Amino acid sequence: MSATGNGARTGTTNFFVAGVGGQGALLASDIIAEAGMEADLDVKKSEIHGMAQRAGSVFSHVRWGRNKVDAPLFSDGEADFLLSFEIVEALRWQPVLKKGGIAIVNTQKIYPVAVAIGNQSYPEDGVLEAEFAAGGQKLISLNADDIARELGNVRVANSVIVGVLSRFLDVSPSVWRDVLARRVPARALDVNLEAFYRGRELSADV
Amino acid sequence: MKQLLSGNEAVALGAYLGGAAVASAYPGTPSSEITPAFARFGGPYAEWATNEKVALEVAIGAAYEGARAFTAMKHIGLNVAADPLFSCSYTGINGGLVVVTADDVGIYSSQNEQDNRHMARAAKVPLLEPSDSQECMEFMRLAFEISERFDTPVLLRTTTRVSHSKGIVEYDPELRTPPAVNGFKIDISKFVIMPAMARKRHVFVEERTRALKEYGETSSLNRIEWGDSSIGVITSGVSYQHAKEALPDASFLKLGLSWPLPPGLVETFVKRVDKVVFVEEVDPFLESEVRLMGLDVSSHHFIGKEAFTLLGEYSAGLIRSSLAKFPELGIDCEKPTDHGTSVSLPDRPPVLCPGCSHRAVFYTLNRLKAIVYGDIGCYTLGVFPPLNATHACLCMGASITNNFGGEKAAQFGERADGRPRVSVIGDSTFLHAGIVGLINAAYNQGNTKILILDNQTTAMTGHQDHAATGKTLMGASQKPLDIARLVQACGVEDVKVLDPFDLRTFRREVKAALGRPGPSVIVATHPCVFVDPRVKGRQAICIDPEKCSDCGVCLKFGCPGVYHANGKAAIEQSVCNGCGMCVQFCPTDAAGTQKAGKGAKTLAISGGGER
Ligand SMILES: Cc1ncc(C[n+]2csc(CCOP(=O)(O)OP(=O)(O)O)c2C)c(N)n1
Repeated sequence: MSATGNGARTGTTNFFVAGVGGQGALLASDIIAEAGMEADLDVKKSEIHGMAQRAGSVFSHVRWGRNKVDAPLFSDGEADFLLSFEIVEALRWQPVLKKGGIAIVNTQKIYPVAVAIGNQSYPEDGVLEAEFAAGGQKLISLNADDIARELGNVRVANSVIVGVLSRFLDVSPSVWRDVLARRVPARALDVNLEAFYRGRELSADV
Repeated sequence: MKQLLSGNEAVALGAYLGGAAVASAYPGTPSSEITPAFARFGGPYAEWATNEKVALEVAIGAAYEGARAFTAMKHIGLNVAADPLFSCSYTGINGGLVVVTADDVGIYSSQNEQDNRHMARAAKVPLLEPSDSQECMEFMRLAFEISERFDTPVLLRTTTRVSHSKGIVEYDPELRTPPAVNGFKIDISKFVIMPAMARKRHVFVEERTRALKEYGETSSLNRIEWGDSSIGVITSGVSYQHAKEALPDASFLKLGLSWPLPPGLVETFVKRVDKVVFVEEVDPFLESEVRLMGLDVSSHHFIGKEAFTLLGEYSAGLIRSSLAKFPELGIDCEKPTDHGTSVSLPDRPPVLCPGCSHRAVFYTLNRLKAIVYGDIGCYTLGVFPPLNATHACLCMGASITNNFGGEKAAQFGERADGRPRVSVIGDSTFLHAGIVGLINAAYNQGNTKILILDNQTTAMTGHQDHAATGKTLMGASQKPLDIARLVQACGVEDVKVLDPFDLRTFRREVKAALGRPGPSVIVATHPCVFVDPRVKGRQAICIDPEKCSDCGVCLKFGCPGVYHANGKAAIEQSVCNGCGMCVQFCPTDAAGTQKAGKGAKTLAISGGGER
């Protein structure tokens, strides 16, 4: 798959990034957007921040194209990639992903308060795999938190996920490195790069 | 230079490049990032004002003195600032003045979905609507010129989607108009807006509107993009982007100056296309303006809100499906296939953070069975289960006034529920609009019981400073305003300052205040976890499964760190920041700090089964 050529009407590639507030999902979407800009594509990125969003659902639309990208949003069934940092959020946003699209999902579970206090229940194991199979979509699931913890910093989970994604895009690793260097604190750059390459290697196997 | 900027950042950049000297704003989503970004770009002066009316008046003062100035606020902030806006429309300015209104289309973080384009028409000031980040930068710059050329405040309206979307902005940092101050020009016929002067200025305002219409005919802000002449789209703001994607072959009249409309340009466009489609979110603003022009076309020539919803944001998909109902347009709308699970998923609404002091307050009010007049801020989340302790919330400051009004009404009948009434208001909100209500309640002999939640920041909108935090937007230290003394000066002698985390004392004092006659205020002081330096050094709490009796008490205050698994309560270590509220509650002493690591601070609070 290339960085452009979603075909359809618009000729853009659409990314949807979802997670729980505080996980770094929005930073990941910033990094994807900036990598697109560095690769000389037109880029739009959109998200809503408001309310006290710690522990709430957060999500972001990113669009790339060789031609001008007009709308900052896309509709259900139009995402080429769905990146989710949590299982329930992946299931919640599955409708944005098109048939044949790729889902990259961190299998970390974060219980919403309603689950913690026993008012609602968390989906059972296996639902994630079954649903993406039913949607005719490719699912790459991994526990990025565990990998990040192994690397010594749980906050680099988002770089692992971006690394997995990078394998599917026509953007050179040096661009990703430059963008990471710009967007993460200097002292955390090495561990972020390590995380990025771990993710990138992982997706070589799929 | 090329940068990926949000609409808000781009507005700030435009202000910087346009030579703005003074920025004054009160935070409000989705506008809050503009003013600090202006300071970051190198803007000479930016401040957090007490409220939007104050902010606009500060900016007007700077403009009267001959400097370029701006204010930025959320849509409903302009309701608060409407008074100076409407009068400044008459006085005009000296240095350029721009009022940025960021409308929350989609109601992501607001009380309503009002369309502030009406405010431009009502105040008779020009309205600029950028549709992406590049235009935010360019229009903001140009707005200062328009302001000076036409002697008027300019309203620049974004919507949440424009404010928070990022796009590539190209600009030349060398091309900056340096900030300048021309000095106040004495002219009482203009700046002293008494009836005799106002009548003359009204003549000027109408003449100005006529001149602005003419300007719009040729301004680069408005443009026609000729395409297929069977459909002509009239649009502005982000709707333009969505419509471009939905109808790439159509003709477009894109309005950047969307009030007043340029009649000639509109007529040319309308007459050269077979059908005019108005694509605009929320109200039929452009549509009603164009229809009012009385152009010589049949009414079937127009398609507007009979096709499109008045509610929420648009998208390319929504535009196509709305127009597919009109077969004469020949728009099909095959929806792309998608798949969603039928398993019911748990909701994940925003919640009070782990360690949030508001939680202790609402838990207490819940236990006291209070009916709570809440206000606007993070603490509005006290409405949700399991806290369930907010029962009204209207607009900033209304917690005090609504409660007081209810109390006056209740003099004429029994309150059958027998429940106490309490107002809850945040520190920033109190300073914004609560003070005047407090003065009113004290003066008019109320019995109003008020909790001021002093978390030492404006948390909800992104932790901005205010008069009681001790720091300014430019980073200077300033003696923090003393809320308790201010309350006394307003006429309420019964005021106490307490830490709500000391649950036992707090509950006792709230209860005592409820029993006393006269108005009373408790300032519940505890810093927000985002501004509290002590949080970093604290350890997460653990629940000892051996000791946990599964009583469920610690699950009753809605902490996102506490969950239930395998018949016991447990604490998510990555989330907990050791506030210790659960330690205070736990009747079996199961919750406590881990073996304290080196340098870790143990909690000063001990268990004791407070319930
Ligand atoms: C007129 C108006 N201006 C601005 C806002 C945006 N806004 C919502 S809550 C809030 C302030 C919250 O601060 P505070 O009262 O200190 O409560 P906290 O969030 O810190 O708990 C602001 C500015 C608004 N809703 N209405």
